[in-house]
Amino acid sequence: MKKLLTLCLVCLGFLAKAQTAGYQIGDVAADFSLKNINGKTVSLADMKSAKGYIVVFTCNTCPYAVAYEDRIIALNKKYSAMGYTVVAINPNDPVAQPADTHEKMQQKAKDKGFDFPYLMDPDHIITKQFGASRTPHVFILEKTAKGNVVQYIGAIDSDTEGNNPDKINYVEAAINAISTGKKPAVTTTKAIGCTIKWKKQGA
Amino acid sequence: MGSVYAVKQSKLIVLLVFMLFSGSLKAQNVKLLSVDQLEERVSKGGDTVYVVNFWATWCAPCIAELPYFEKLQATYKNQPLKVLLLSLDFKSKLEKAVIPFVRNKKLANEVFLLNEVNAQVYIDRISKEWSGAIPATLIYNKNKGIRKFYEKEFTYAELETTYQSSK
Repeated sequence: MKKLLTLCLVCLGFLAKAQTAGYQIGDVAADFSLKNINGKTVSLADMKSAKGYIVVFTCNTCPYAVAYEDRIIALNKKYSAMGYTVVAINPNDPVAQPADTHEKMQQKAKDKGFDFPYLMDPDHIITKQFGASRTPHVFILEKTAKGNVVQYIGAIDSDTEGNNPDKINYVEAAINAISTGKKPAVTTTKAIGCTIKWKKQGA
Repeated sequence: MGSVYAVKQSKLIVLLVFMLFSGSLKAQNVKLLSVDQLEERVSKGGDTVYVVNFWATWCAPCIAELPYFEKLQATYKNQPLKVLLLSLDFKSKLEKAVIPFVRNKKLANEVFLLNEVNAQVYIDRISKEWSGAIPATLIYNKNKGIRKFYEKEFTYAELETTYQSSK
């Protein structure tokens, strides 16, 4: 009995670990329903003509996220016409980061002219499901018969500062591969970014 | 006797002035440091525990916890502990942002700027557990073979407890 209990605890431990680890390449991402800045909820399934999604965990405040804003807008301009739309999700708790409130997000979207959903995940449910750990953090999903398959996780490109002529555009390369029926050559990358502003325990 | 004492005293004053001066010089100096150089510093340095904090001048939670790393070093200055503050600012920001920041905050800890280009290589070399988010902290204990990585913000109490358990 004791052994069984230990085994159960170990299994639970693994489950907990798997949950915090989030999606891996090849996993099918569950759809979600999150509130957009216009008050309406958005699900991936709503975008019926989409071939895939560029899910970007980003926020108003992180200087590295801000550094990528124009590049995120450019990605949407370039790829939404091909069926790959940007879906931005703000993972931060607006209490922990008061500059990431609903109103401030509306303002940001207006100022920058975001033409893609900018969703709120104040309880971090979808953030944890994906395993996003920083802003900006990209997950490219390909719509397939078995669901939305995770094809790329990581950075937008290799040059946050934006002045390296040899920079590698990871997201563009991944979508170019997926859209021509290939697997991306680079499926995961790491990058410096801001920690997610988690809800304070007990708050 | 009196003159010997005076000489001793003046030597002490010179030493104190030198220490103060070198201390302030050190605080204003930010050197570039590669991952190889960091590993070498830790393996060849005279201290036992190394607390390496990864931060940046643009990272608000990093700036918020910098005083804790200052306090940790100051509190345990008689123990074989060395706190190193390793900035992840762009190299182009060294003169304009990092050095002025270090001067304004009067940081007493040794401050470096990471001298690496490829994030796909250096992030994993620091720790496979690191997603790249900062603040992040690496704690070594050379004698115990400890190399623990924390991708999180510390309170002073947490930092102190973590140091105590790594000693």
